[in-house]
Amino acid sequence: MSMAPGVDVLDFELPGSKAVAAFEPILVGVVGSGNLEVLLEPQSTPTCRFQVETSARGFGAIWEAVVRDFQQRHSLSGVQVSIHDMGATPAVVALRLAQAIAELPRAQP
Amino acid sequence: MSLRPTTVTSYAECSARQRLALLLDAGSFHEWLPPAERVTSPHLAQLGLPCAFDDGVAVGRAALEGRSVFVAAQEGAFMGGGVGEVHGAKLVGMLRRAVRDRPDAVLLLAESGGVRLHEANAGLIAVSEVMRALLDVRASGMPVVVLIGGANGCFGGMGIVAACADHIVMSDVGRHAMSGPEVIEASGGVEEFDARDRSLVWRTTGGKHRYLLGDCDQLVDDDVQAFRAAATRALDQRRPLTLTALEAEHRLLSARLAAAHDEADAFELWRRLGITHPEQVPDRSVRDIGVWVASRRKEVA
Amino acid sequence: MNWRELCRALFGDRHDVTEDDELLRGSAHFDGDLLDVLGTTGHAAIGYAMALRQARAVLDTIATHPGRTIVLLIDTQGQRLRRHDELLGIHRAMAHLGSAIDLARRRGHRVLGLVYDQALSGGFITTGLLADACHALPNAEIRVMRLPAMARVTKLPQELLERLSVANPVFAPGVENYLRMGGLASLWQGDLAQALRRSLAELPTEDRRAQDGAERGGRRLAAATVQRILDAA
Repeated sequence: MSMAPGVDVLDFELPGSKAVAAFEPILVGVVGSGNLEVLLEPQSTPTCRFQVETSARGFGAIWEAVVRDFQQRHSLSGVQVSIHDMGATPAVVALRLAQAIAELPRAQP
Repeated sequence: MSLRPTTVTSYAECSARQRLALLLDAGSFHEWLPPAERVTSPHLAQLGLPCAFDDGVAVGRAALEGRSVFVAAQEGAFMGGGVGEVHGAKLVGMLRRAVRDRPDAVLLLAESGGVRLHEANAGLIAVSEVMRALLDVRASGMPVVVLIGGANGCFGGMGIVAACADHIVMSDVGRHAMSGPEVIEASGGVEEFDARDRSLVWRTTGGKHRYLLGDCDQLVDDDVQAFRAAATRALDQRRPLTLTALEAEHRLLSARLAAAHDEADAFELWRRLGITHPEQVPDRSVRDIGVWVASRRKEVA
Repeated sequence: MNWRELCRALFGDRHDVTEDDELLRGSAHFDGDLLDVLGTTGHAAIGYAMALRQARAVLDTIATHPGRTIVLLIDTQGQRLRRHDELLGIHRAMAHLGSAIDLARRRGHRVLGLVYDQALSGGFITTGLLADACHALPNAEIRVMRLPAMARVTKLPQELLERLSVANPVFAPGVENYLRMGGLASLWQGDLAQALRRSLAELPTEDRRAQDGAERGGRRLAAATVQRILDAA
């Protein structure tokens, strides 16, 4: 976890098994108070990478739990999830993540 | 042909991107500097604020009823739609590109508090660059159409920019002014402007008032499809900026000032416009207001 | 320096600029040409009426003095903060003033702005900032908003803004920062008439401000972002 001045920047990388067909970047949500935006992009390693920039500082453990929970459920492979957050609750974070992956093309068999 | 009632999508409740998706011809929007390119603000992290992948504005080219348009949509939820260095440069880039590539029109879905105070000086200079670039587009013969219908309204420097357009479409939810009510209240006290009196705020700055006064060209319901139809109608309505046109504008604005009596409220102003029951205006439908204005225009003509 | 001293320094006694309720108007001889001078004094608040008064002066110049250079002398506390001005549509009056200045430029009038005392956002966004170039005296004051008000509106601690103000051109009020960011073309030091002469000779025809901001290091992304959009597929 790096401490950029003013915002927390968190990085996670978790292994995944479900590869996704090639896709254009997907953006859901808006960076407003209590809200967040999520950008999904393809990436080349068989993992799911998360990068979170958040103005709500000191919640690293909660983000890790949310991310692990997400990846346990979806096991995405070859996906980068980038987030700009302005203090969303874990419920709103989970909602946005769900909205984002709903726009992914069906996984390859 | 079956007549199913169409569901109305609130323009105010849509994000900027949802508005673009629903208002423009389906799938026609091609974005420049999309989110994945991460052209973000370098000034926000030091203030403890997250940036946005698109710095709060999406710009690109699209089609509207098959006509080519360049378009920008400001995201009011991000920093109140405030214009910072990058946001402003995206608007300027789109406007300069319009002068070069000559689409049929430029469309600006404006929702902004004006200069992004968090980027103060950069924002102020950026807004004036946007203004110059917009006037360049008009001078080169393309209409600039502004849509105002977001919950945050169009204020500050962006309020002035929007007023530099050929054509303004507002909903009754939209607001268009210069200084926000909170700023006026902070400076002059609650007696000057009670920012929490929503009815007062909308009487002073809202779409119905602006339409009655003639400050906007079309008044529509809070409905994305209504905005689409209105924008389409506006595509061929250029107002060339000539000395004659500016002299006419000057006469209009001067007459308005001369007729003004320091009225306490919009009600008195509307009464002087010929509305017998001004207190009913806030409850009247957009359609009723439109019918009344049309009948007045026939009288005057 | 008050407006009288400024006009004396620029034009000697070869001008007829007068003040009428905070509006400055007149003409001046300069290097064999006549200039039209327009401006404000007394830290004027620019309301609906004052915007119209200035627009009238610009339109008069376009109509009666073809090709004449316009010099804008700026001293303002910013836009007038009154509900009544909003009711009447001050934003439209401001846009009208800006459009008049823009038309003047297109009709071949060179327009030069000079902040000689104060300039706060709305007060000069449709005058000095729409000129071909805007300059300032070194001890003039330019800002978007005073820090306590900015702290209130942004809900950021004033101490944080004050700390950032010290080194960061984005916040710090001050002509040096506006110069660095490209908002100002130059500061007028020394002989003011000579500075006017130089500034008139160097008046650009295009909006150079983003480029200047990049070259001077105060605004490193604006010009590049505009160019990226021009170059995008």
